[in-house]
Amino acid sequence: MTEQAGVTIDDVRRVAELANLELTAEEEPRMQRDLNAILGHIAQLNELDTAGVPAMAQVGEMLGGLLQDRGEALREDAVRPSVDRAKVMAAAPETDGRFFKVPKVIER
Amino acid sequence: MVNVRAMELESLTIDGARAAVASGDTTATTLAELHYERIEAKDIEINSFLALSRERALQQAAKIDALAAKGDALPPLAGVPVGIKDVLAMQGAPATAGSLILKGYRPPYDATAVAKLEAAGAVLLGKLNCDEFAMGSSNENSAYCPVLNPKALDRVPGGSSGGSAAAVAASFAVATLGTDTGGSIRQPAAFCGVVGVLPTYGRVSRYGLIAFASSLDRVGPFTKNVKDAATVLQVLAGQDVMDATSSDRPVDDYVGGLTKPVEGLRVGVPEEYFGEGLDQEILVAIDGVLAGLKAAGCVVKPVSLPHTKYAIPTYYVIATAEASSNLSRFDGVRFGLRDAEAKTLAEMFRRTRDAGFGAEVKRRILLGTYALSAGYYDAYYRKAQQVRTLLTRDFLTAFAEVDVLVAPVTPTPAFKLGEKTDDPVKMYLEDIYSVAASLAGICGVSVPCGETKGGLPIGVQVLGSHFGEATMLRVAHQVETSQKKAC
Repeated sequence: MTEQAGVTIDDVRRVAELANLELTAEEEPRMQRDLNAILGHIAQLNELDTAGVPAMAQVGEMLGGLLQDRGEALREDAVRPSVDRAKVMAAAPETDGRFFKVPKVIER
Repeated sequence: MVNVRAMELESLTIDGARAAVASGDTTATTLAELHYERIEAKDIEINSFLALSRERALQQAAKIDALAAKGDALPPLAGVPVGIKDVLAMQGAPATAGSLILKGYRPPYDATAVAKLEAAGAVLLGKLNCDEFAMGSSNENSAYCPVLNPKALDRVPGGSSGGSAAAVAASFAVATLGTDTGGSIRQPAAFCGVVGVLPTYGRVSRYGLIAFASSLDRVGPFTKNVKDAATVLQVLAGQDVMDATSSDRPVDDYVGGLTKPVEGLRVGVPEEYFGEGLDQEILVAIDGVLAGLKAAGCVVKPVSLPHTKYAIPTYYVIATAEASSNLSRFDGVRFGLRDAEAKTLAEMFRRTRDAGFGAEVKRRILLGTYALSAGYYDAYYRKAQQVRTLLTRDFLTAFAEVDVLVAPVTPTPAFKLGEKTDDPVKMYLEDIYSVAASLAGICGVSVPCGETKGGLPIGVQVLGSHFGEATMLRVAHQVETSQKKAC
């Protein structure tokens, strides 16, 4: 991570592809400009020496000493009713009532 | 019913509504109708509600009225009209999350927070506008038009829970639910002059919340005063088997704790929250709050949260990284929008997401994907997670010396529509005083503490330690009481 992050248009296209986004020709330069501005701001994290500092994924782990605060209580592993299938399938754009239908996956 | 019509909705509180229903002065049905009338008459200019759930509301109101007619003891929120931010599932009602990609989607179940409110007697009026997927600080990112600030129609209500704050400020509801990922409850509460609570991470279930950044997202109430906030939080708090991140720690008595004396409580003032860029009128208002707390017997002392300036860059790495993952579920397969023209599955994903997501959501997905991509993961995501540890340690150190922290919520009062939409970094900096608490998982509340000369609301934030809601609300209640005396 350098002071000038330098995201190129090709980077924008590559990341858009990874994220399954299709950007228009007008969107690409705008996103390039914004990403560079935001990453430029984020670069100030480099001012901090974080060698040996543990990474924190969520809050519970910081409260490790207080077992009750850790929010790790898992429910009993038992069979229980779930949301009604017919109601779930009814929200799908295309379905036969049992499966979600999508365009073909494999070209041949 | 003449008396009821004359009743001022503006001053209607939870206790007032419940007592009026219990005594027979009014009915839950009348209260619901009065609020719907007001919404229909006035929400055209504010745009806070996206959908009304009249049938469900009136059914619930009838149930409460039957209880009251029998003389039964009423639950804590009996007959209280409430609104729900549109990122929370409410069975049968639309849940758009402010996005086109979920247009028309109606979830087949209730979020736990929504179900708990209704079980406590609340009447669910409908769904409230917000920034798309809760991403924004002004509500200008909603795909369904911005919400305006009821206190100043040329200003934003704040975001992302702008509709939730505006609806309470405009007396369209007595209480509402919002969500806070980086300030989305406290900031709009401050901008609209209402109370907004960010509960400790793990205190309130997120089951049924459309996820933005799972290590940060929280659900909390907006109300007209601190006691109402304590009452709603009392209902919402507690473990939920459907949310493994919800804590099994016992819930304190928030309402009962409000009237305990604040004498001797130690109030920390973090010097980093009073630096360059803080509006002079807000500074003066906060000084007034601190003077009031001193007068009430609190010990006010300076503290330092040295990593504060790194909170925004840390937040915008972690929140966007998590969002890029969470929002991958919106792909046109199971719910919401689908591009019907696409010939292949991959094309369908891309075209659906391009048409369904707005600019800010795409920007954050791209940023988050970039930060997690090969070669950048350590430099951005891991680095941000390490700084998150430092930010959290700042708070743990401070809370070893003080019981609560008092600070501004925002650097400025509500800004004008369009003022910051062209510059994402400028918009992100709006969250400068709110994101650190989000990253650290502590609780916070925004309480009105005056107005600018131009009549814009000013909010002060009281921050509590992890699961320290009772003490935090007690101090907030004192701030509110001192305010009333000063006026």
